[in-house]
Amino acid sequence: MDCAATTPVSKQVFDAMTPYFCENFGNANSLHSYGRDAAASLNTAREKIASLLGANSTEVYFTSGGVECLNWALKGIAHAKKDKGKHIITSAFEHHAHIKACKTLEEEGFEVTYLPVYEDGVVKSSDVEKAITEKTILISIMLANNEIGTIQPIEEISQIAKKHKIPLHTDAVQAVGTLDINVKNLGVDLMSISAHKFYGPKGIGVLFIRNGLKINKLIEGGFQERSMRGGTSNVAHAVGMAKALEDAIAGQEKNVAHIKKLSSYLNKRILAEIPHTTLVGHKTRRVPQINNFCFDFIEAESILFRLDMQGVCASSGSACASGSLEPSHVLMSLGIPIERAQGSMRFSINKNLSMKDIDQAVEIIKEVVADLREMSPLYPKDQTLFKEIKRNEKSV
Amino acid sequence: MYNEKVLKEFMKPQNIGSIDNATTVAEVGSPQCGDMTKLYLKIENNIITDAKFQTFGCAAAIATSSVGTRMLIGKSTDEAKKITNKDIINELGGLPPAKIHCSVMFEEVMQKALENF
Repeated sequence: MDCAATTPVSKQVFDAMTPYFCENFGNANSLHSYGRDAAASLNTAREKIASLLGANSTEVYFTSGGVECLNWALKGIAHAKKDKGKHIITSAFEHHAHIKACKTLEEEGFEVTYLPVYEDGVVKSSDVEKAITEKTILISIMLANNEIGTIQPIEEISQIAKKHKIPLHTDAVQAVGTLDINVKNLGVDLMSISAHKFYGPKGIGVLFIRNGLKINKLIEGGFQERSMRGGTSNVAHAVGMAKALEDAIAGQEKNVAHIKKLSSYLNKRILAEIPHTTLVGHKTRRVPQINNFCFDFIEAESILFRLDMQGVCASSGSACASGSLEPSHVLMSLGIPIERAQGSMRFSINKNLSMKDIDQAVEIIKEVVADLREMSPLYPKDQTLFKEIKRNEKSV
Repeated sequence: MYNEKVLKEFMKPQNIGSIDNATTVAEVGSPQCGDMTKLYLKIENNIITDAKFQTFGCAAAIATSSVGTRMLIGKSTDEAKKITNKDIINELGGLPPAKIHCSVMFEEVMQKALENF
């Protein structure tokens, strides 16, 4: 239950990619027939992706994945527009790569406003408008959060960005196959997506850059990607990504209905059958595949390993699990107390799971949580005492 | 990241719980830090006859508590005072560098319990 981390390459995608490794292996920049064939396949993949995103094929740039897209969008726009101003607006709970790129820009002298996301994990579009100054050169807000799944009001923010003539980027990495990612409907100027999150291969992503938008290169090199991104074109992966995106959008309605059913069942059972558990973020404004729970009194790394030993794979943003001293910046940005955030687990549901899988997983989760609580010095064995503490907390 | 021995100890830890008439009890760490251990010792004629723990923390914290309590039982208080975090790590066949602090936490709680006594 960790499809938000990555997904397997589907058989259909794998089959579409296979000819491009040993047979049609040409360099898309070569002038001979092998090269021309590769260039044609790359072009077809680009056109397919463009039409699926509601974009022009000259607006689709292949990259090495989501992290490169985010770095390029931020640094590319910042450096291209620094003469106009040095202010960027974003949210406090963007992907790590995004936050780190912002920190680097701050070191270079840019000013970054990290908007609050409140308890429900949703940016307020009115906050975006309030943060705009004459020096604002970019607004970048994710479409769906990768740890808690909450959906951001990109269409509303787009109206504001348009009014103030500020380019808008969205990180849609977790939204493909679940939300509408048509760039016209969203009204964005830049958008990042990554193939391995939707049954495509790892190591390829697309940055949509609206035609006419001034942006600097991130990776210097040859004439690939309309001279905007150097490096030999990864034709096999581009073909795979196009097929994966096609399948993700074609199956979207059916998959979302299925995942929603599984997700609401999982939520209902976990919250009803495991006491002292909370669902992180907005209850409904979320992509159904990402569900993040805080299990009080226990630490998530130990939950993760125990679940893994019993065949349930999940992930965690707790300090121990992430190898840092603090729980994830996402959980902290929602104002979750640190001790509660230590017990945060993300279960992301892929389209291939069944109700039976969820039932099995819930039984294992229940057992693991109960066992670890039994070991915890924080877990009040006497539940009447716990109620007493709760009452006192409320009266304070 | 963890070796087989650590995982085995973590999956089936021994000496979990509390001792009602413990001779000494100590607590180290906090939930904010992500690690917390409470150690209960029963000491009779300077010999640790029983040791139990309650731990909030990662797999390494639980494994070190389990091994640590096992190492304590049967030892005299003087012998117990000589146990270091390195001894616990050796007993576990090694810990990842980022998890060494878990063994330090057990050494601290053990020393604190013996000091309180």
